[in-house]
Amino acid sequence: MIVVNTETLPGMRIVQVKGIVQGNTVRAKHLGRDIAAGFKNLVGGELHGYTELLTEARREAMERMLAQAQQLQANAVLNVRFSTSSVTQGAAEIYAYGTAVWVEPEAPAVPPPPRF
Amino acid sequence: MNADLVILLISLGISFVLLVLGWIVGRAREQAHMRDLDAREAAAREVLLTGLRSFPLGADPRHGAVLVSGECVIATDYFKTFAASLKKIFGGELTSFETLMDRARREATMRMVEQARQMGYDAVCNVRLEGVDISGTGTNPQAQAMAAATVFGTAYKRAV
Repeated sequence: MIVVNTETLPGMRIVQVKGIVQGNTVRAKHLGRDIAAGFKNLVGGELHGYTELLTEARREAMERMLAQAQQLQANAVLNVRFSTSSVTQGAAEIYAYGTAVWVEPEAPAVPPPPRF
Repeated sequence: MNADLVILLISLGISFVLLVLGWIVGRAREQAHMRDLDAREAAAREVLLTGLRSFPLGADPRHGAVLVSGECVIATDYFKTFAASLKKIFGGELTSFETLMDRARREATMRMVEQARQMGYDAVCNVRLEGVDISGTGTNPQAQAMAAATVFGTAYKRAV
């Protein structure tokens, strides 16, 4: 499955548009991480636990979106976007959406007919 | 000596120690991070980063295109939080949080660029940055400040 956030693909043309596909996930950090973050907030630095959480959340939302695209028998998802919203304290939603399409390689330039 | 006075002195002392600790360690960490970012950005200078929706300089169709992304969450420190709360009385620019947001965005962007480079691509277009409210400050103003950034774009190989 080809996934991009542009509207076109180099060397490919869209043959069929399958429609919009989406996936979301709401994730919360666990209490241990909260306490660790509390300490980190005294001296600064990266909060690796939360970075990981975001990476996992994005991956999960993407996978759900791709599962939908597969069901629609698409071979590419174009113009993918991510959106986030805060649902409740300590939990964030990551939402991925895009347009599922069927693409095919652009026809190569027709070779000149052989001359006899 | 009054017991209340002792408690007051102890709590003031703890705050002072945390303030100094935040100022020294936090600043050292921030400067080290900035230096690291400068070096990595210089190393990845040949990667063409754009926010354009098409493929600037043309894309080589043989290599295709792929979605790349990066994310980063950076903690504040005691000194920054204190400086910001002081500044909020008078209003104006909260410089200590500006650098924090900047670091999160640059780090996330570099992770995306490095992912693209590892896959053999030399350009990323349609770069989009998005903030995430991971600390919960959107629903709870008392929550601790935290800089979170996610970034994504389409990596491709330049035709020229």
